[in-house]
Amino acid sequence: MADDADGRSKGQSRIRARNRALLFVLLGLVALFYALTIVRMGGH
Amino acid sequence: MSELPTTAVAPVVGAAVGDYVQILKPRVMSLVVFTGVVGLVLAPGHLHPFLAAVAILCIAIGAGASGAINMWYDRDIDRVMRRTASRPLPAGRMEPGEALGFGCVLAVGSVAVMGVAVNWVAAELLALTISFYVFVYTMWLKRRTPQNIVIGGAAGALPPLIGWAAVTGDVGWGGIALFAIIFFWTPPHFWALSLYKADEYAKAGIPMLPVVAGARETKKQMLLYTLVLWPVTAAPWLLGVAGPLYAVGAGSLSLMFTVSALRVWRDNTDRSARQMFAFSLAYLFLIFMFLLVDHGIGGGR
Repeated sequence: MADDADGRSKGQSRIRARNRALLFVLLGLVALFYALTIVRMGGH
Repeated sequence: MSELPTTAVAPVVGAAVGDYVQILKPRVMSLVVFTGVVGLVLAPGHLHPFLAAVAILCIAIGAGASGAINMWYDRDIDRVMRRTASRPLPAGRMEPGEALGFGCVLAVGSVAVMGVAVNWVAAELLALTISFYVFVYTMWLKRRTPQNIVIGGAAGALPPLIGWAAVTGDVGWGGIALFAIIFFWTPPHFWALSLYKADEYAKAGIPMLPVVAGARETKKQMLLYTLVLWPVTAAPWLLGVAGPLYAVGAGSLSLMFTVSALRVWRDNTDRSARQMFAFSLAYLFLIFMFLLVDHGIGGGR
């Protein structure tokens, strides 16, 4: 029983960590494309 | 009432963020990034620093994607070899589909961003690199021929050419010279490793040269490749991409690499092969470092 609970809480914390990492990646992509647009349009 | 078998439901723990990083092969990625940067710096012309950083990021992500797909395909043999058994897939920390999906998304994403942000020649070369590593090396050659790393080495040699193309928009002779250095360096580098890991490769059924042709033939081939590296590493100087400082540095390093191969030839233990493998990493790093430093002091024409 205790092992099951441990496994579930470990699993949930890993899912939370993955979600946070995904959030940072998506925010990074938004920032990347914003900056790319500024740089690419800067020459015109 | 029929009695159903009772099965314990294991908690789904899933892969940690670190596992996703691990399947990108970060150590391989670091060398790929470094050689890509050198190609980008040495290429004639100018690229906005931000776009240069994006190009390097795309090269790194593309290399990581190749590594992830390679780990998905090779999970059966990775389980057999001690060196690779603790990777996320053979250790059971990640589902195969997760690795494949992750690799494919990164591969497509890195090529698309390279094309949109930098240029489509660099993007096509990046797509070629990923495809060559996955389809030609991993799926076709690796388990079939002892020439696997000779031909497959082309994938690892392409990053400086991608860096070059990111700046110039085409494939110049300077970029091809950098490609050739890594291409001819790869066989002695990997064969040094496979000399002292021959048992593991044999157990996994991978026909590396020492497994198929024996240690003596492998040592002879390694020595020949180090000799071929003499003119190949001189090419950037002969083409005017690098100056005399690089020529002297590359010549000295190639001499040391050949001496290292001679030691392996004479030695019947693993010791010199291990030393040569370690030196081969330093050799490539220093050759490209000499190119960078030489360029910094205005060595090329």
